[in-house]
Amino acid sequence: MNGAPRTQGGLSWWHLLFLIEFAVVLWPPLYNKVEPTLLGIPFFYWFQLLWVFVSAAFTAIIYFATSD
Amino acid sequence: MQQVNWVALSIFVALFGFISWLGFAAARWRKGDLDQLHEWGLGGRRFGTLITWFLVGGDIYTAYTFIAIPALAFGAGAVAFFAVPYTIMVYPLLFLAFRRLWHACHKHGYITAGDFVRGRFGNRWLALAVTVTGIVATMPYIALQLVGIQVVIGALGISGTGLAADLPLFIAFVVLAAFTYSSGLRAPASIAIVKDILIYVTAITAIIVIPLQLGGFAKIFAAIPPQKLLLAVPGSNTTGSYSGYATLALGSALALFLYPHSLTGVLSASSGHAIRRNAAMLPSYSFMLGLLALFGFFVIAAGVDKLPEYAGGFKQFGNNFAVPALLLHSFPSWFVGVAFAAIGIGALVPAAIMSIAAANLYTRNIHREFINKNPTDKQESQIAKTVSLVVKVGALVFILFVPTQYAVQLQLLGGIWIIQTLPPVMLGAYTRWFNSWALLIGWAVGTYAGTAMAVSTKLTTTFPLHVGAYTFPGYTAVYTLILNLVVATVLTPLFNAVGPRRAPIDETAAADYHA
Repeated sequence: MNGAPRTQGGLSWWHLLFLIEFAVVLWPPLYNKVEPTLLGIPFFYWFQLLWVFVSAAFTAIIYFATSD
Repeated sequence: MQQVNWVALSIFVALFGFISWLGFAAARWRKGDLDQLHEWGLGGRRFGTLITWFLVGGDIYTAYTFIAIPALAFGAGAVAFFAVPYTIMVYPLLFLAFRRLWHACHKHGYITAGDFVRGRFGNRWLALAVTVTGIVATMPYIALQLVGIQVVIGALGISGTGLAADLPLFIAFVVLAAFTYSSGLRAPASIAIVKDILIYVTAITAIIVIPLQLGGFAKIFAAIPPQKLLLAVPGSNTTGSYSGYATLALGSALALFLYPHSLTGVLSASSGHAIRRNAAMLPSYSFMLGLLALFGFFVIAAGVDKLPEYAGGFKQFGNNFAVPALLLHSFPSWFVGVAFAAIGIGALVPAAIMSIAAANLYTRNIHREFINKNPTDKQESQIAKTVSLVVKVGALVFILFVPTQYAVQLQLLGGIWIIQTLPPVMLGAYTRWFNSWALLIGWAVGTYAGTAMAVSTKLTTTFPLHVGAYTFPGYTAVYTLILNLVVATVLTPLFNAVGPRRAPIDETAAADYHA
């Protein structure tokens, strides 16, 4: 699986997923709120915990998409 | 102080005995010639995906983390959750930059960041700067691990006066020093497996049982004062707690794998694939750390800090006593023993790796570079073993005779110092563009400015940067890293113009950085 064009540093378009991930977690206004709660947990907490899983999934996707 | 908890203490001692045996037995695991530094200090670079997961997980999610992050949530609230975005951002860096570094180090037999910088830039003074920064930043970190052990020993009800009070810590330390000396990195790698299993069992049990005891998450969060529940919304003319939170997470993420102990864990992996796979697997620890941060809120909701039986512990250890008190309050003694053993052993694993990493640095980049240029393999590994002992004695003396607060403050400074090695190490994995003397001056300016800014803010993490009428509070490490990079970038063309015309020495080739 090597459909994406490569640049010099071994980067591919798939790595943009990492940028999305950084942009989301580095922007506290996005998640600094109580509602909506999940199982009684304020949004601030469950949203960031959710992104732990999203980021792991992104990494796995990039791993398979760019495996060399 | 409460009575000695004999059941918990027995289980704690039994588990400690088991891992001590394991630490010594580890010398024979994936047997190698321990008279060679890469065998003693990197486990022969033989660890596959799973062992690397345990080792790096055991290495960077330390006992101190498990005590201090919930303590921060208990004391300061939402800001403690910066640990979550922090550990989210760490793994893309591992996946991209440190995998490249692994390839180059594997190809050239580099054991430390100093080795890499020496080979890449051909400048022993820049390598020395990276080395000294690594050792200095690691020392208080080891000391804080011993604080983790101290807190759980105190929580088991063991107290005394004078030297008797420190005896259990002293014993734990002697055991740690002995198995590190004899088995090298294989010891913490094997113990990390036990430690991580215990930590996961403790965390998962607690995150299910305690909310049930307290009547659910909704009730727990309802008990949290509003000012602790969320970040304070910034007023006009400032980015307030938002920029503080984001830069703290970013700076911590950028710094983490520059620490010698993290890099030692990475370099001991057997392949670049093992590192990339771990970048996807290690977030399971981040999730657990996020859950553990919530323990600080459980403490508030359960009102543990108000109970008279724990008043002594809080008085002695401050907020660091929050998690031990919560565990004592919520669980039967036998489980408390398991949980405390998890924290105690969780301190030994990183402490062992840190002392090995510091020893590798000294041996390779100070002793071999400046004192004895041609040691035999046996001499080299003997020096490293001895230095690992010296480093641990230093940490122990520090913890026994200097107030804990100093170790915390030094560790905070350590984060600001270690991030200054990012340009030669992490960017060095991508480019040889920078002039090595420009990097050295950038490092010096960043280190000096970071220290001065930290002192001016009375050793807190965030510095209020004033630009016109605006204030941008941010993690000092991030601001000074930017300064460091600007200096290195501006000076590079200048130095190249006036410097000698010969091509810079670079041992590595572009092809060395990937599979």
